[in-house]
Amino acid sequence: MKKKDKDFSDKIFYWILKILGYGTMVLLAALVVVLLKVSFPIFEKFGLKFFILNDWNPVTRVFGALPFIYGTVVTSLLAIVIAVPVSIGIALFVTEIANSKIKKILSFLVEMLAAIPSVVYGLWGLFVLVPWLRNSVEPFLGKYLGFIPLFYGAPYGVGVLAAGIILAIMIVPTVSSICREIFYSVPNLFREGALALGATHWEMMKLAVVKSSVSGIFGASILGLGRALGETMAVTMVIGNRPQISPSLFSPAQTLASLIANEYNEASNSSHLAALTAMGLVLLMVSLAVNTFAKIIQKRFQMRTGVGK
Amino acid sequence: MTNLVEVNNLKAWIGEQQILKGISLSVQHNDVLAIIGPSGCGKSTFIRCLNRLHEEIIGARVEGEVKILNENIYGSTVDPVRVRRQIGMVFQKPNPFPSLSIYDNVAIGLKLAGIRRKSALDEVVERSLKQAALWDEVKDKLRMPGTSLSGGQQQRLCIARALAVNPPILLMDEPTSALDPISKAKIETLLQDLKRYVTIIMVTHNMQQASRVSSKTAFFLLGELIEFGPTEQIFTQPKAKLTEDYITGRFG
Repeated sequence: MKKKDKDFSDKIFYWILKILGYGTMVLLAALVVVLLKVSFPIFEKFGLKFFILNDWNPVTRVFGALPFIYGTVVTSLLAIVIAVPVSIGIALFVTEIANSKIKKILSFLVEMLAAIPSVVYGLWGLFVLVPWLRNSVEPFLGKYLGFIPLFYGAPYGVGVLAAGIILAIMIVPTVSSICREIFYSVPNLFREGALALGATHWEMMKLAVVKSSVSGIFGASILGLGRALGETMAVTMVIGNRPQISPSLFSPAQTLASLIANEYNEASNSSHLAALTAMGLVLLMVSLAVNTFAKIIQKRFQMRTGVGK
Repeated sequence: MTNLVEVNNLKAWIGEQQILKGISLSVQHNDVLAIIGPSGCGKSTFIRCLNRLHEEIIGARVEGEVKILNENIYGSTVDPVRVRRQIGMVFQKPNPFPSLSIYDNVAIGLKLAGIRRKSALDEVVERSLKQAALWDEVKDKLRMPGTSLSGGQQQRLCIARALAVNPPILLMDEPTSALDPISKAKIETLLQDLKRYVTIIMVTHNMQQASRVSSKTAFFLLGELIEFGPTEQIFTQPKAKLTEDYITGRFG
């Protein structure tokens, strides 16, 4: 090839990459513009009250986002609370304890969990998890811990608890595989340093592995949280779809995503459609806010500890 | 005089490969033993056998006897965790725990041993940092992370961490090889002080360092102990031809 041709192909390649790069930004901007445009009538009518109104009635055309924001945040937080310790445990087992054969099999199986379609999780949730919660777990918790508002009320099965558990199972593969990579990246020097000081294996894992990885674990949890916030299908199937704010984990609720999935097809009028689109906008904003917040916190941890991704 | 450390016919493997082929030597209180030899001769493995750290490597195996204060640390009822608690170790690269402050890095050995009393910890942290010649540089920033220090300071922090539990023996695996010349000189000066409190067993690549710092020297080659004796004798009148060749720089 002549030099000139080479310069020319370089240039083309440069422009392709540039377009792809800026394309992502344009895409995000376009998405926001469309969401804003379609949902505008709602904000015109309700203003910021839209976010704090605890009522949703397409017939009387009263639309408030609060119960859905509440449902989304609570189920996702519950999922994180369950999934993060489990994921740390799996990652520690794989990196510090298991022999190389079990290591491979377990890593493969956990990652397979991520490949199961969401709707299959929903089916499993509806036909296995929900009856189990309704007949065994919730009555038991209600009997012994019922004085705590978290475990108060009738055991429906479907509800916040079921959604939280399903979400936790769905984000374990993401969180645990990131944790695993972070633990692998902890230099052996720290492990040996801890052992040489007379740490037991358990103390060594805590001191040298987990504590050195705090910022990374935090990042992994936030990625999991991001996934949980937007997860739609499985949650829609087990959450009970009732827009209400109740402190009890047993009570049905509804998330932003499950609301959109449930009602978008049969939106009865233009303001109903606008309200649903506004929900989409809220979901997008919440996700962006969570991720930005995570990045800031992660930076601070990194500066403090000098380790992590 | 009783031996502080007595090693009898120590053999070590990683997988099928034999790293140490029957080492026997003894160390007395307040000795500074330098272990020299070319890369891959088993120096590091040898000191890692003295606190049972070698066995933490997958496929590692040890045979023979290591007596510390007349107790065989490879006896069937001996808990390696207890052995390691009594012996300090400093590694080639400084490894203060990144999540811990300077203070906590020094106190961690005591905390692992179950000591929580603030006044006891304060006292030990100050003493250890003074022994490691780091106190004046860090006394105003004990709450800063250990990793905020320079490389040489981090290594002295690791020395303080090892000294905090008052071990009779301090193992050092090429403690200055990752440091700049000035930090290296500081640590060597420090070692002269430290021999008053603790018996030091040190691996080194650096012949001058061995001759300056140590009272005894052991020369290892391919997993065997070629010569062992007072440092002065090893460096001026080595008995073995191989030792002479190595210290005069004819190989290695």
